[in-house]
Amino acid sequence: MSAFSAPFLPTLVRRERASLAATLLAPPVALAVATVLNLGLYLLIGRDPVAVVYAMLFEPFLSWASFSEVLLKTGPLLLIAQGLAIGFRAKVFNIGAEGQFILGAIFASAIPIWFPQATGQWIWPMMLLLGVLGGALWASITAFWRVRLNANEILVSLMLSLVAAQLLNYLLLGPWKDPNGFNFPQSVMFQYDAMVPVLIAGTRVNVSLLLTLALSIAAWLVMQKSFLGYKLQVGGLAPRAAGYAGFNEGWAIWLSLLIGGGAAGLAGAAEVAGPIGQLQRSISTGYGYAAIIVAYLGGLHPIGIIASALFMAALYIGGDNAMVSANLPIAAVRVFQGSLLLAYLIAIAFVRYRLEWHRPIYRSKP
Amino acid sequence: MNALEFILAGMLAAATPFLLAALGELVVERAGVLNLGVEGLMAFGAVLAFIVVYHGGGHLLSFVAAGLGSAVLSLVFALVALGFRANQVATGLAIGILGQGLSALFGKTYESLTVKGLPKLALPWLSEIPLAGRLFTQDIVVWLSLAATLAIWVMFAYTKVGLVVRATGENPKAAHAIGYSVTAIRFAAVAFGGTMAGFAGAYAAVVYTPLWADGMIAGRGWIAIALVVFGTWLTGRIFLGACLFGAVSLMGLAAQATGLDVPSQVLASLPYLVTIIVLGIISADRRLLKLNGIASLGEPFER
Amino acid sequence: MTAPLLSLRGISKSYGQIHANQGIDLDVAPESIHAVLGENGAGKSTLMKLIYGVEQPDEGTIVWDGEPLNLASPAEARRKGIGMVFQHFSLFETLTVVENIRLVVPGRKADLTERIRTLGRDFGLEVDPLAPVHALSVGERQRVEIIRCLMTKPRLLILDEPTSVLPPQSVDKLFDTLRRLRDGGVSILFISHKLEEIRAICDKATILRAGRVTGHVDPREHDAHDLARLMIGRDMPEPMPAVSQSGGEKRLEIIGLDHRPEDPFAVALSGISLTVRAGEILGIAGISGNGQSELAALISGETVLPREQRDRIYMMGKDVGTLGAAARRQLGFAFVPEDRLGRGAVPEMSLVLNSLLTAHPLGLLRHGLVEKARAKAFTSECIRQYDVRTPGPDVEAGALSGGNLQKFIVGREIMLSPKLLFVAQPTWGVDVGAASAIRRRLVALRNEGMAILVISEELEELFELCDVIQVLHHGTLSPRLETRDTRPEDIGQYMIGAHTPAAPKVLA
Repeated sequence: MSAFSAPFLPTLVRRERASLAATLLAPPVALAVATVLNLGLYLLIGRDPVAVVYAMLFEPFLSWASFSEVLLKTGPLLLIAQGLAIGFRAKVFNIGAEGQFILGAIFASAIPIWFPQATGQWIWPMMLLLGVLGGALWASITAFWRVRLNANEILVSLMLSLVAAQLLNYLLLGPWKDPNGFNFPQSVMFQYDAMVPVLIAGTRVNVSLLLTLALSIAAWLVMQKSFLGYKLQVGGLAPRAAGYAGFNEGWAIWLSLLIGGGAAGLAGAAEVAGPIGQLQRSISTGYGYAAIIVAYLGGLHPIGIIASALFMAALYIGGDNAMVSANLPIAAVRVFQGSLLLAYLIAIAFVRYRLEWHRPIYRSKP
Repeated sequence: MNALEFILAGMLAAATPFLLAALGELVVERAGVLNLGVEGLMAFGAVLAFIVVYHGGGHLLSFVAAGLGSAVLSLVFALVALGFRANQVATGLAIGILGQGLSALFGKTYESLTVKGLPKLALPWLSEIPLAGRLFTQDIVVWLSLAATLAIWVMFAYTKVGLVVRATGENPKAAHAIGYSVTAIRFAAVAFGGTMAGFAGAYAAVVYTPLWADGMIAGRGWIAIALVVFGTWLTGRIFLGACLFGAVSLMGLAAQATGLDVPSQVLASLPYLVTIIVLGIISADRRLLKLNGIASLGEPFER
Repeated sequence: MTAPLLSLRGISKSYGQIHANQGIDLDVAPESIHAVLGENGAGKSTLMKLIYGVEQPDEGTIVWDGEPLNLASPAEARRKGIGMVFQHFSLFETLTVVENIRLVVPGRKADLTERIRTLGRDFGLEVDPLAPVHALSVGERQRVEIIRCLMTKPRLLILDEPTSVLPPQSVDKLFDTLRRLRDGGVSILFISHKLEEIRAICDKATILRAGRVTGHVDPREHDAHDLARLMIGRDMPEPMPAVSQSGGEKRLEIIGLDHRPEDPFAVALSGISLTVRAGEILGIAGISGNGQSELAALISGETVLPREQRDRIYMMGKDVGTLGAAARRQLGFAFVPEDRLGRGAVPEMSLVLNSLLTAHPLGLLRHGLVEKARAKAFTSECIRQYDVRTPGPDVEAGALSGGNLQKFIVGREIMLSPKLLFVAQPTWGVDVGAASAIRRRLVALRNEGMAILVISEELEELFELCDVIQVLHHGTLSPRLETRDTRPEDIGQYMIGAHTPAAPKVLA
């Protein structure tokens, strides 16, 4: 009937129990496969693969200066991914973190833009809080649409991200444009008190990284140890079992989206109040989308996500390096991210399945 | 030309990328597969088509290249999501990111370059009707897209192939039990969807706005996916939805032409906002979605 | 004796550690009705899948019409002249009857429509070819399945538990159809675990137990008792005598409940009224698809009534219609659903975590965190008390057999010591030993004063368990029938709607 039961193709056979070895091996194997494939691509477009690998995968770890930049990028990726992973495990696919990040940044920027003269150590914590609020509010539109109107959260959250980007453009070209900024689409530079204090002198790594790590531990506690996390996971694995046990689906969706939106909003606030120091068009280089990959690569597990966020941050820095030293277009980072996620998705199939080669069926006629 | 005439004249062409991609996704979803990578597939097809036309390969060859290229990329999706039974949402997102990345990578050296579009063909008599006649002067791809719409409607309404696809999406276990290869049918559907997304991207890049800019697909792939929901998986309604979005995406230009003072960002967000609102209205009718929806959508098939 | 149409020698098939079939021999004569008899899990379904080409045997040979047979797919089996009607139909609800048939049989729609009508007349299989399948009753769907098979002109027709979906009256009609088919030259392989039916219709019987053949007999020469011994290896367990009680407090009361589900393919309920008292078992009889799932979800709280519908469902004296499942459980309600995997249990989670699903209020949590040790102790206790066969509490629920998972879920729900226990299809897919253990447990609980509601398709089971039976048909519920004053035929009348005054149509 089909080519798929043909004798030369293997079939997937369900394992009796999930394989822990496959779970742990999946990320490194996926990384190796994706690296090899991408090297082939670089060769194809005429770049020196050795130089690219060196710049992309090793250089970020070879100097303190570049590693501190890796840590700086880890912050937003880790924060967003932790929030998204909670939703993904409940099968609430919020893919609009990019927009929630932007709204967090906009909300946080309101203070320094409206009160540029204000001083005091309350400003930056207040900005972070406003960021959480902005991200959560933006996500709550998606939650309302999903819970009350039954609309697909993937499409709504994504569309809202596209709207958020336009909103940011509007503010930067209109009311929030720096009047002395030579017409560039950016706000005024923020005052000193609107900046999150630096954690390690001589770098741009700031206190928000500690906050992010603390929230990661909280995520671990919630998802791995608490009944709340259990209920969310049941909702994701077997929605009808959740209904049977009386776990409220609407509540789980609201919670997932508010957590995801809040975390992304916080990340957005920490960016403008941290390394960037103003509201501008390029506050996000696709963190909201990259974080989706971070969440999956980390196995949707809070500890795994710490490792994958660090790696993805290094890939960003490495991509910048490769652009300079090996003339690799920055889009190559996105290609790498996409192929890495695909390789990982294949690799984790082996957690629950193993490959079995067809025994040839002997036939009466050859 | 007043605003109405302007919209009437341009609506079908503006609708074509939506229509082609949504028709492809319709077939994919009817077979029970949710491919969220349409945006990336379109972007990939777009860059291939642009490169072919720019180097003098011509429009026909550019559509062939885009269709083939995006089909191959969509088969990667099929391999991961169907072959290895990975989560279809995650796989679709990954293909989307990969496709957009490849598009940007290959398109890097063509940024802001232009090519020649296609001439418009006027239908005799019909195009001479006042006002509505504007609808009947279109390029060949628009006419072919209309034919494709009709063909897909006929396929689902009357042919055995359409029946098999519908059966697979409704109840893959039963389809398997009566002897169909669910995996093979779904692979074929995904490849068809990929080809159509490639055509959609090609149309956007070498006919509709024959100028290369990174990110030129601008969410149209996502809107195409939403269109399938709007149309409640029915070909005719998807066509109407595509026309609506064609008109909405022209409204920005029309409004500027009439001198309306609306920030351009509001006009640019209009298609997205309309998507959100219509999605809410249609989805709120749970009975309707259940009645026309695809029972096995997004579920991996396991014997 | 004529040469057999189908002949199996030494057929074996294993799934991992489980030997589903071992050294099976079987001969089906031309123009005969041949039974394969065995209890749940005896390997009947596996054997049929091998004959129909869904799966391939590990060992052994199949000879078809004098030639060796190696089937790669059901399509190939059909080309050879083997057709099969599955227990769970492989029909497509959104397609019409003729469209369903067109998926398997080549031909133009108009021709097929005509052929469906002709076959229907010839074999007593009348059905409207242009009706969408979701609008058909279960009996009509079965006819569509049989017609679809017949149109491929099979020489062997396999029927997997065909009577389990039919009311008693329709069974006779099906048997009439089968006899006409046999006389028309089609052999029939009839799978069942119902002894009387096999004695009524089959010419030959092959009996399976634990994957092996335990006998080839002529069923008409043996009484049901003999067949039962061959099938389960011992005498049927004695039913446990019920202690008659009456006048306990009302634990569940439903008053004139009407409900139109959101799902357009679901059955609407109208005028449902029932009462379950302490120390009483109420059974709901009827063929699945007459509103059982919808009613179950309304009682469990998985479907919540809109606010306007007050005073419809009372539990322990409280109006619960608008309360969710969790709130109802807090009142002392427990529920064993008909689907175990994905509803009663999460397949990818361990038994310990599955205990948590409904037993979390039994001190398995502290400050919102899961007390792993206590959850494990609870699970081990449940495994021990309810004889769940599993390597341990950390095994995933999906790895258990259907019967063992059912024992686990029943055990978990009973350990909640509910005031009202609701069990849907208590013994579906459970082997005879475990089924009788579950029934005895239910009767014992009733004798201790628990109120129990049971939904079941098996009339024998309901007669064994219940004090009172009500029959669900087309979304309406019959009056209360005291079990001791009722005969199965009376129930059968309600099952086909013959008693219902406003029955929309009579199914036969």
